[in-house]
Amino acid sequence: MASSTDQTSRRSLFSLVAGVRETGIFAFIVLLIAIVSLRSPYFLTVENFRDILLDTAVLIIVAIGQTMVILTRSIDLSVASGLALSGMVVGMTVSSHWGLPPLVALLMGIGIGIALGGFNGLLVTKGHVPPIIATLGTLSIYRGLTFVVSGGAWVDAAEMPDSFKWLARDTTLWVPNLVLFAAIVAIVFYYFLNHTRTGREIYAVGSNPDAARVAGIPVDRIVFLVYVLSGVLFGMAGVLWVSRYASAQSDSAMGFELQTVAAAVIGGVNIFGGSGTIPGVLLGSLLLGIIINALNLVRISPFWKLAVQGLIILLAVVSDVLISRRLQRALTLRRAG
Amino acid sequence: MIFKRGTSQRRLTLVATFLRWEWLLILLFAAAFIVNALLSPYFLDTRNLFDMTFIFMEKSIIALPMAFIIISGNIDLSVASTLAMSAVLMATRFQAGWNIWLAVLFGLAVGALGGLLNGMMVAKMRLPSLVVTLGTYALYRGIAFVVLGDRAVTGFPSQFLHLGQGYVGDTPVPVPLVIFAVLAILFVLLLHRSTFGRFVYAMGNNEEACRYSGVAVDRIKILLFTLSGLMSALAAIFLTARFNSTRPNIAAGFELEVITAVLLGGVSIFGGEGTMPGVVLALFLIGLVSRGMRLKNIAGEIQTIVIGSLLILAILLPQLLRRLTPRVRA
Amino acid sequence: MSDYILELQEISKSFPGVQALDGVDFNLRAGEVHALVGENGAGKSTLIKVVSGVHQPDAGEIQFQGRSVTFANPLIAQQHGIAAIYQEPTLFPDLDVAENIFMGRQPLQPVTRRINRRQMYEEAGKLLRSLGMNLDPHTRVRGLSFADQQMVEIAKALSVNAQVLIMDEPTSALTLREVANLFRIARQLRDAGTAIAFISHRLEEAFELADRITVLRDGHYIGTRAVHDVTLDEVIHMMVGRTLDNMFPKQEVEQGEVMLRVDGLTKEGLFYDVSFELHRGEILGLAGLVGAGRTEVARAIFGVEPADRGIIWLNGHEAHIRSPKDALALGIAYLPENRQQHGLVLPMNITQNVTLPILREFARLGWVDRVAEQRAAQSFAERLDVRAAGLWQKVRELSGGNQQKVVLAKWLAARPQILILDEPTRGIDVGTKAAVHQLMSTLVAQGFAILMISSELPEILGMSDRIVVMYEGRVTGRFTRAEATQEKIIAAATASAPIAENTEIQCL
Repeated sequence: MASSTDQTSRRSLFSLVAGVRETGIFAFIVLLIAIVSLRSPYFLTVENFRDILLDTAVLIIVAIGQTMVILTRSIDLSVASGLALSGMVVGMTVSSHWGLPPLVALLMGIGIGIALGGFNGLLVTKGHVPPIIATLGTLSIYRGLTFVVSGGAWVDAAEMPDSFKWLARDTTLWVPNLVLFAAIVAIVFYYFLNHTRTGREIYAVGSNPDAARVAGIPVDRIVFLVYVLSGVLFGMAGVLWVSRYASAQSDSAMGFELQTVAAAVIGGVNIFGGSGTIPGVLLGSLLLGIIINALNLVRISPFWKLAVQGLIILLAVVSDVLISRRLQRALTLRRAG
Repeated sequence: MIFKRGTSQRRLTLVATFLRWEWLLILLFAAAFIVNALLSPYFLDTRNLFDMTFIFMEKSIIALPMAFIIISGNIDLSVASTLAMSAVLMATRFQAGWNIWLAVLFGLAVGALGGLLNGMMVAKMRLPSLVVTLGTYALYRGIAFVVLGDRAVTGFPSQFLHLGQGYVGDTPVPVPLVIFAVLAILFVLLLHRSTFGRFVYAMGNNEEACRYSGVAVDRIKILLFTLSGLMSALAAIFLTARFNSTRPNIAAGFELEVITAVLLGGVSIFGGEGTMPGVVLALFLIGLVSRGMRLKNIAGEIQTIVIGSLLILAILLPQLLRRLTPRVRA
Repeated sequence: MSDYILELQEISKSFPGVQALDGVDFNLRAGEVHALVGENGAGKSTLIKVVSGVHQPDAGEIQFQGRSVTFANPLIAQQHGIAAIYQEPTLFPDLDVAENIFMGRQPLQPVTRRINRRQMYEEAGKLLRSLGMNLDPHTRVRGLSFADQQMVEIAKALSVNAQVLIMDEPTSALTLREVANLFRIARQLRDAGTAIAFISHRLEEAFELADRITVLRDGHYIGTRAVHDVTLDEVIHMMVGRTLDNMFPKQEVEQGEVMLRVDGLTKEGLFYDVSFELHRGEILGLAGLVGAGRTEVARAIFGVEPADRGIIWLNGHEAHIRSPKDALALGIAYLPENRQQHGLVLPMNITQNVTLPILREFARLGWVDRVAEQRAAQSFAERLDVRAAGLWQKVRELSGGNQQKVVLAKWLAARPQILILDEPTRGIDVGTKAAVHQLMSTLVAQGFAILMISSELPEILGMSDRIVVMYEGRVTGRFTRAEATQEKIIAAATASAPIAENTEIQCL
């Protein structure tokens, strides 16, 4: 029935579409840069690009965590609150212990993230609470805790040692540390997801959880793992956020979880799990970052930010579905033939 | 025939399973009531009891269609944003000189349209409701910000304010409560006694089978989301009237509380299960608990923690219950 | 020392409310194909799941290569070299073939423990080629045909050097050619020493492929015979406990006027220019291979996925059917192939299921009259002899045969004129099959018209008044009951018949 030529063309059809997605975003980015630089010449400057990268770096770090969670057919809506909580706790600790080495502070943030992410993981795997509900709940719980821990007060720049403030902003080899962190995270998790057994099992769990169980994959453990990893990343991001803005606020990163989901969805991560790539998320985050930066530069009021994000998510999801439907149709046509 | 014993046994099963969760809620409600009464001497005053309801009527109105949506197997995260969008658009029309009631109608239409858009994307494009309403959660709130920025609109006419702050005639019964009561009864009947309600339950259990049985699944979904948008707009009216003011960031976090109330009321997040009386009970329970916390001057942020925990417990507890008590087959 | 690689003795297994297996024996030799047959509910699936480690027996012993073992979970069974292929695919659609084969066991680089991609794809390719497949291991599984997916599962089994291969209804979704291929591979594996056990409802297949055949009935072990020592009738007798007189009770019914006529129905990619007529009192058999487009035509007539072009005539009037609701209103009912997924709302009770399409009739201004509803449901349930503790029982607790009866009741209650039955007796035990066929005969005698889609030739030949055959979306053959033969239908179904055959029949 199906000849070998059909098989190869089927394979290339898929990789074609996957490639199209990423080249599409890339092309869009280039186009956007071109248009915006016409409107605002400042856009193409080195400083502006550095700002874009800095703004996007935190998003990349957290979005990678979100991506891994989504790959397993789950979601983590608590990333922003967890980020704020970790940042606040570390910020407060640093302000009262000026001698604390910045890297220890970073590790502390990661530790807090592990605890918060682990709690999410337990709720989902042991408590059998659906991911939306569990993380919707911890979204408020962690945010509330941020207020409680800080007593509503903020930690501002004056209360932080320079060493901490430069953690994110200092440059190593002309690249801001924050951007380096993002790059390292991207490389590490790219390797993890593509070249290790556990990484591939994450895809398997999202693609067909029943089949994964039958194959002997410890599904619960994998889901728990991705929530912990998400926690590691938002914990880290919390510390870097506070360092970069030199301020720990109880309402930091409000609504940021939405951006992480948007970045993933734009980057081609399937909301139903099982497919999505790190390069895709990187491009999605960049696109989002550039759009927001462009909006600021073109003097559109910041109030558009939210609306635009929502619009982007909708457009990305709609076009995704339309494309995959067309693909399905094409495949059925081949099968019948 | 084999079915002779059927009817009475069916009733027994109904009683046994139908009301188990609701009995728990009633118990909790009674407990919260007693605790509140002990906490404050003024609690048992009739006027006070009625006045307490003002603060959660908006959420309650939104919870009614939300229950339907969750039972049908979907979710609507955009309710608070739709509320804000309708409120802001209504307010700006009023500010521009429109007759207040015309502006109200406009606001309702905006809400319904917002819901319609959700419904179309979910039904016609077969997109998952979680993602669609996550997108409109941002988009609608964003529109509210674009229209009004960081300003507020105040100075609404007294007739309008009466809707959100007033009482029925000389009685201590608040207007919002009455309207909610009427709506609640309608929704209870709609869910439990009408063909529409039966279809919603069936859809939440097996949408494909419903389609094959000639149920107009797509039309029902569109209706549900439009209704949700409309109710959110209605809630916007009451909220604006209550505060005599509106701004783009009102009702922040409402969607969380509404979903919590619905789930606490016994509606399963997986769809196909739950009762409207249970949801109403849960709404009043949360209202009572929030009131008690406010009396003790517990900070709003801690209340957020409590609500978040309640949401999670609303899922964990039934699971525990199911595991401890084996399924009773009458 | 036994020469059995796997031996099950006195296995018993019960679930709440049902004794699935009661003292069953089963054994497998290396290098044999052993078929497991029995009616629905006989316990075949349960037995197979005991072997593969999904279920643990309450009593009895399992011996593997002469030693007593316990398979506490599927993983342990797999470690012993037992591979199982179930009806539902256990593949990962988003991943490619090689990843599916090696998931969890990917070859690693020696020091870094990094996945050795090159080796993985090489070995995958080798496995596929040994099965005679040209499939590129980089191909994503989503979009592969059922047959190809099954091959990937077999490749998976080979990759763990499975000594025992279990297959549950492997041919239910395959075309004739794919079945032949599967059998060829099974024989290849058998000759290489693998022990194969498979469940099938198609007894002809069991006779064609198997060396031995074991029969279960109601959870009891009835017997094991060598295939060349037993006849089909004897096996049926063992399965059913009685001889089945007439599987295909067909009455002579006078054919009336044309009730349904489709003309030039076309849907891109699925079917083209399909035309036929259905008369009152007639059973029109729609034959063809899986994937020929028959279900798609039915779904188009029923409004689930309307056709792009073409006209549907109902009782002489042109019908515009855009949704199942339209079809229902016009008196068309459709029993889908997959009754659990498409026919029933499992958590709801019998009454609610039966009245779902006609709920409006029991409602005034939207308010449902529960008493009237129950009365109607009762009458139809009784007519079809639904066995249940009561109308309030949830449908998911009923047996497969009874569930099918509830679906039938539901559609009868809708008082249709035309019934489209899609594989009406698939997955149903022999006893209920005959009953369903009898019901069909009765219905057309009462003035209904039935369009029957079936992949089982005996059913097509036994029950149809006329037969329309499809292949790859087109009508390739039309036969009356008198002139139809197995060969002619197969020829049309595989498009190996000369076109001249089709001109025999006029104006259909």
